Amino acid sequence: MSTSDVTKDGITGARPDRDALTGATRPGRRRRRRGEQLMVPDAEFGSYYGKPVLNQVPWAESDIAGYLFLGGLAGASSGLAAGAHVTGRPALATAMKLTALAAISGSVVALVHDLGRPARFVNMLRVFKPTSPMSVGSWLLAGYGPLAGAAAISDLTGLLPRAGTAATLAAALGGAAVAAYTAPLICDTAVPAWHDGYREMPFVFVGSAAAAAGGAGMLAAPMAQALSARRAAVAGAVLETLALYRMRARMGLAAQTYDRGRAGRLMKAATTLTVAGATGAVLLGGRSRLAAALSGAALLAGSACTRFGVFCAGTASAADPKYTVVPQRARLRARAGDLADREEPADTVRGN
Amino acid sequence: MTLDEQPRTGGEPSRKGFFTDTSVCIGCKACEVACKEWNAVPEDGLDFTAMSYDNSGGLGADTWRHVAFIEQRQPLGGQETGVGRTTTTVDLGMPLPRPPGADTGPEERGEFRWLMSSDVCKHCTSAACLDVCPTGALFRTEFDTVVVQQDICNGCGYCVPACPYGVIDKREGDGRAWKCTMCYDRLGAGMEPACAKACPTDSIQYGDLDELRQRADARVERLQEAGITSARLYGRDPHDGVDGTGAFFLLLDEPEVYGLPPDPVVTTRDLASMWRHAGVAAAALLAGVALAFAGRRR
Repeated sequence: MSTSDVTKDGITGARPDRDALTGATRPGRRRRRRGEQLMVPDAEFGSYYGKPVLNQVPWAESDIAGYLFLGGLAGASSGLAAGAHVTGRPALATAMKLTALAAISGSVVALVHDLGRPARFVNMLRVFKPTSPMSVGSWLLAGYGPLAGAAAISDLTGLLPRAGTAATLAAALGGAAVAAYTAPLICDTAVPAWHDGYREMPFVFVGSAAAAAGGAGMLAAPMAQALSARRAAVAGAVLETLALYRMRARMGLAAQTYDRGRAGRLMKAATTLTVAGATGAVLLGGRSRLAAALSGAALLAGSACTRFGVFCAGTASAADPKYTVVPQRARLRARAGDLADREEPADTVRGN
Repeated sequence: MTLDEQPRTGGEPSRKGFFTDTSVCIGCKACEVACKEWNAVPEDGLDFTAMSYDNSGGLGADTWRHVAFIEQRQPLGGQETGVGRTTTTVDLGMPLPRPPGADTGPEERGEFRWLMSSDVCKHCTSAACLDVCPTGALFRTEFDTVVVQQDICNGCGYCVPACPYGVIDKREGDGRAWKCTMCYDRLGAGMEPACAKACPTDSIQYGDLDELRQRADARVERLQEAGITSARLYGRDPHDGVDGTGAFFLLLDEPEVYGLPPDPVVTTRDLASMWRHAGVAAAALLAGVALAFAGRRR
């Protein structure tokens, strides 16, 4: 809204260009050089009464951010379960298989609960659409869930050990896909803080998943068998932290949403917990059972905070038209700048 | 190959669309009312937003046409709505209302203008809502419009954040996603959509998209010639981020002033790259787990 109003506190909302002649604007004739990075965005940008351009993400935070966490935990746990199964670490294998089954069961409950029409959840398997990460994910879950269940049940009951091994190995493959696909799931939207991080988000998510699963292993398995869980946790924590850093550095304006408000607090908590958990795992994970459990819990909590923080950053970026308009306007300017460079010098009149 | 380039075989209807010429919109909201009446869209709040005469705020599950009101304190002068009209009038000698400043020049005119625009689903050529819908509830009709099948939609809500324009939304209490259907039922019967039918100034024009684009090109050219240099078409370009829209607009200011994204891009344009990155990440996870078990047993 480009109007000013007289209030008790003086004139508010006056734009510097309010005397400009309407219609004198021609896109691409502004003084902006090609390739100029919009690191400090314009304070002024057009919007319709400051209302968001996008409609708000309708997903419940507890359901979908919770699903992002649980899905990652389940997927990476299945990987660790397979490793432990093959290399003969039965306590770790059992713990990881049970973690995977519990987490994926929770995931499915959260996903169905979030539907507007939960009774129609089977419609998810009505078609297979590679253009829809949710469709791909539904089929992944439909394949992975029973495998994770079979692996856990076979392990607990000792029934059908060969089938159990096969299910364990297949669940490891499916689990990696489940842990990674949730990044395209949220990035394949118009939400700036998600879409603009689509290159790094899968690495944030698999890192976070490995940290969580490793943490669960440290929490649940005896120290003697948990070395691999510690390694996976630390490697995951490092990957998650580096990928997050890179994502926020490359994202542009929407990266702000990861620093501010609730998302900012969650991301800060995530980094603190993840770094603390990883440090604990390295220094004390092999010496003290209590320290290992605490480090594992910190890693789990850190992973959850990452997912909730990413979710909140997304909703915050959808709620503010700035994150939609300013980068798009900059993109148009950069494109038009290419043309204007070849024309007469840009004039300074700006109206609208 | 985009929709526009696909050859039409016999019997298939041509691509239909809306051309909303906001330069002649008078903000009467007849389109909003007609849409609600025809499509039985529930009430969407009866309060004014306290910002303008806009009382519907923006498009959503229960608002399929939304009239935006923008007050601008700018020395515009009057908008001459008769531009391009070829019909001649007969002077009856009656005193005629004259716009302020018409006799004295621009300096006497009010520093004020109202922009009004009836927003609607864009029925994108490359529609993100349709791409991401996991159930196939959203589909493309024989008129190349995008419609939700309400008996299929399970309310996953994925289409809502996928839409770069903020059009589609989940209906409270109902749980499913709803948006403009371009009156699919009326189109099938050879009728024009309710909003276009009700529009008293033909600000909303419905028809074959090819023809509407030609009409819009001529209209914007005439406005430019008449000195309204801020007139521009939005969604007309078949090579934009959504490969052109089925419902496009003539605007008198930058799109964001009307609450429209200035350069929307269908999110699935990057999906192949997203899958590649996710594939690498999944492989990295498996490799990392394998490495964690490598070496000396303990």
